[in-house]
Amino acid sequence: MTSTNLERVRPDVVSMDHLDQLEAQSIYILREGFARLKKLALLWSLGKDSNVMIWLARKAFFGHVPFPALHVDTGKKFPEMYAFRDHYSKEWGLDLTIEYCPSIDSVDPTLPPAARSAARKTEGLKLALAKHGFDGLIAGIRRDEEATRAKERVFSPRGVEGGWDVRDQPPEFWDQFNASPPPGAHLRIHPILHWTEADIWAYTARENIPIIPLYLAKDGKRYRSLGDADITNPVASTASTIAEILVELDGTTIPERAGRALDHETEDAFERLRVAGYL
Amino acid sequence: MTKIVNPTSLGMPNGTTRPQLRIVIVGHVDHGKSTLVGRLLHETGGLPDGKLEMLKAVSARRGMPFEWSFLLDALQTERDQGITIDTTQIRFRTKLRDVILIDAPGHAEFLRNMITGASQADGAVLIVDALEGVRDQTRRHAYLLHLLGVKQVAVVVNKMDRVDFSALRFQAISDEISAHLIELGVTPAAVIPISARDGDGVATHTDRIGWYRGPTVVGALDALTPALALDELPLRLPVQAIYKFDDRRIVAGRVEAGHLAVGDDVVIMPAGKRAKIKSVERWSAMPLEGEHGAGRSVGITLDRELFVERGDVIAHAGAVPSYTRRLRARIFWLHDQPLTAGSSILVRLGVREVRGRVVAIEKAIDPGELASVETKQIARNHVGEIEVALAQPVAADRYIDNPRTGRLVIEVGGRIAGGGLVLSIDAAQRAVSSDIVPVQSALQPEERSARYRHQGAVVWFTGLPGSGKSTLARALEHRLFAKGGSPILLDGDTLRAGLNRDLGFSAADRSENVRRLAEMAGHLARNGHIAIVAAVSPSRGDRAEARSAVDTAFREIYVATPAEICEQRDPKGHYAKARAGDLPGFTGIANDYQAPETVELRIDTSTVDVGRAIDGIEDMLRQTQVLDDGAANLAAFEAVRVTA
Repeated sequence: MTSTNLERVRPDVVSMDHLDQLEAQSIYILREGFARLKKLALLWSLGKDSNVMIWLARKAFFGHVPFPALHVDTGKKFPEMYAFRDHYSKEWGLDLTIEYCPSIDSVDPTLPPAARSAARKTEGLKLALAKHGFDGLIAGIRRDEEATRAKERVFSPRGVEGGWDVRDQPPEFWDQFNASPPPGAHLRIHPILHWTEADIWAYTARENIPIIPLYLAKDGKRYRSLGDADITNPVASTASTIAEILVELDGTTIPERAGRALDHETEDAFERLRVAGYL
Repeated sequence: MTKIVNPTSLGMPNGTTRPQLRIVIVGHVDHGKSTLVGRLLHETGGLPDGKLEMLKAVSARRGMPFEWSFLLDALQTERDQGITIDTTQIRFRTKLRDVILIDAPGHAEFLRNMITGASQADGAVLIVDALEGVRDQTRRHAYLLHLLGVKQVAVVVNKMDRVDFSALRFQAISDEISAHLIELGVTPAAVIPISARDGDGVATHTDRIGWYRGPTVVGALDALTPALALDELPLRLPVQAIYKFDDRRIVAGRVEAGHLAVGDDVVIMPAGKRAKIKSVERWSAMPLEGEHGAGRSVGITLDRELFVERGDVIAHAGAVPSYTRRLRARIFWLHDQPLTAGSSILVRLGVREVRGRVVAIEKAIDPGELASVETKQIARNHVGEIEVALAQPVAADRYIDNPRTGRLVIEVGGRIAGGGLVLSIDAAQRAVSSDIVPVQSALQPEERSARYRHQGAVVWFTGLPGSGKSTLARALEHRLFAKGGSPILLDGDTLRAGLNRDLGFSAADRSENVRRLAEMAGHLARNGHIAIVAAVSPSRGDRAEARSAVDTAFREIYVATPAEICEQRDPKGHYAKARAGDLPGFTGIANDYQAPETVELRIDTSTVDVGRAIDGIEDMLRQTQVLDDGAANLAAFEAVRVTA
């Protein structure tokens, strides 16, 4: 990508707009994570959120991403997603680490089909953790996506088995983070927890961050959220530019993950997945 | 093949730069917070399509009447237990702004979630049940809002339907809670009668509260102002890290207060070194000109090579923060184990991490109770004022001078256990000034310990006059020296004859006496010697500070000989003099000796002879890795020979 996104140098700017504030906070979180943990990885799902996260990491570390970008690959992503990964991992100078998920047979058969498929990703994540010994995983989840994610901490400890104990989360205030995972366990770091879907798009447009074209409407449909090709559905939309997406989001009350089958199978499917270590 | 979309040409979005206001909802567990949040979402059109219908269907399936609070109880576990279990953030829009509602649970066990939520808020809604009135938890939450610095509070008196919308009842509660808040220094922005269940007073005035003339909840939220600008305060740039990814050496951090620009003269605290800002670095554009205000995450380079580390604070010359090893703070405590005087803690002041010790607990109260209860420890969910001694100097501000750099958190066992505001900074306990450059010893501690076969340490004997401290100290000195070690005796009375002859026996002078002993002993220990201190050192706080100054090399021995026996012995004739009234404030009979709670060793010299006592001390020093173990020592010796 050519550097077409040079921001104009602005004289005597004191005030920060909303996106500046989000960016500054995310950079602060990324730097705290890098300072306080020994072995970090950034979970790169290739979606709009983790692309923004990589962008923020390059801002935080002045053009560098000083930890691996980990793609836990289900092997079932859209072809456009793989193309994006292969292209931009090179262009952005990422230390791309790909780990593959185990076969579906190794996953809890009592889960509904889509949740089972997602749980397979959790298994892949656990294997990657065990193999590389990461003590911190940077993940691009947001509070506005889903009710259980709204309860997350910015630095969120995981048990030795990778599980999340929502009932016993440590206090977190004044940007002071609990960064000491017990031996064998890891932390999740959530630098864009405070962003919304609209923030992500507005920032993507402002910063000229590349995206996968599946997000833009074609033949009256587009993807709002990208997961495995077999369990992700497009939503009805005519938004063929980011500006149009933002106008669409301004008026919608349809949830972002409406096209993600696993959110709708049972009332508690998503929470069960998260407690077990899903993102 | 994939076509990558390049969004450069897209127009800028609208609607993303609306002012945002973060509001926390607090109050007693059953007073209707979740119901209010559900109702607010409904009234402002913030509910996702189908959500209400879905929840109504779920309620019907479970055979329960629909409740607004179900909207928040998205977790299965929450529904089962019937209470909200963690901080949730919910967004909705009023005509004027985007509001982020932070729902903090009211259950007493989950106070840490309330604090997590409230610490991020610009303002708060405090909810009170019209029937039950102000409860302990209401007061506790009000107190914590004050402690967290949330100054804009709207009070809602909920469940007015349960008191027949009585204006009298409302007024009584309004008066009580307003008086309580004002006492805490918080003036309520509004007190609003509502029925969250039915919607009265939430977004609209209804006939049932026709007597009420103030704003609705939505109106009151629109009247609150977003967080104050910190740009006006002196510059504070705490250093998060130094990056050397390329040929630049970038000092990275977030401007917590004030602003900076290229060319500014800055001072790096606490060391006091000076430099000029050479550039403000930035990816993916040219280095920036102009002023960078509070809230910006920046990276700067300096015009000279200085030793800068994470935790330093960069300020403008002439407006630097204080630096100290001792400060007082008002804190709230969230840990299961109470905080006691002498506790060893980890303090985080911004990004600075420093070990410390609680020297004294000056006040401890349960903010839910109206009366303050005098205790010497701060229990979970209580607040108090503490004095902390820090192992290294830190740069800090008082909270009233700078709300961002004047607050700290306390960690126990790697987990945040409390937090609070810096009340005062003891300037007398400053670090060495930048003009003083300590010269380090030419020898490494390992070189000395290889010769002496022990690590540097301070063995601190405390106990009543006549308890046997000096006798034990001298015997220990002899034993260690006979084994080839390097013990050095520091006797309290001996030092008072010279180094400390300017000191009397007032509480302050005694503290200073102990501080000097500890400084000197610590210096010897760091240089590989075993400093043996024999000093009454009656104050637990002073001893805690001595331990803090010496750090991990400190071994405290309580010579716990009974007072009657000490007085019978009276080796220096002090007890007799004191009884005759010639030694006012003598510790032996003034009854002001504070016995240690936890020590490395306790010896009663009325029941054990000196030789056995010294054996015990030797064992303790071996077990705590001061004295080298015989076998390990031999192995180390072999290893040295092999490498040689």
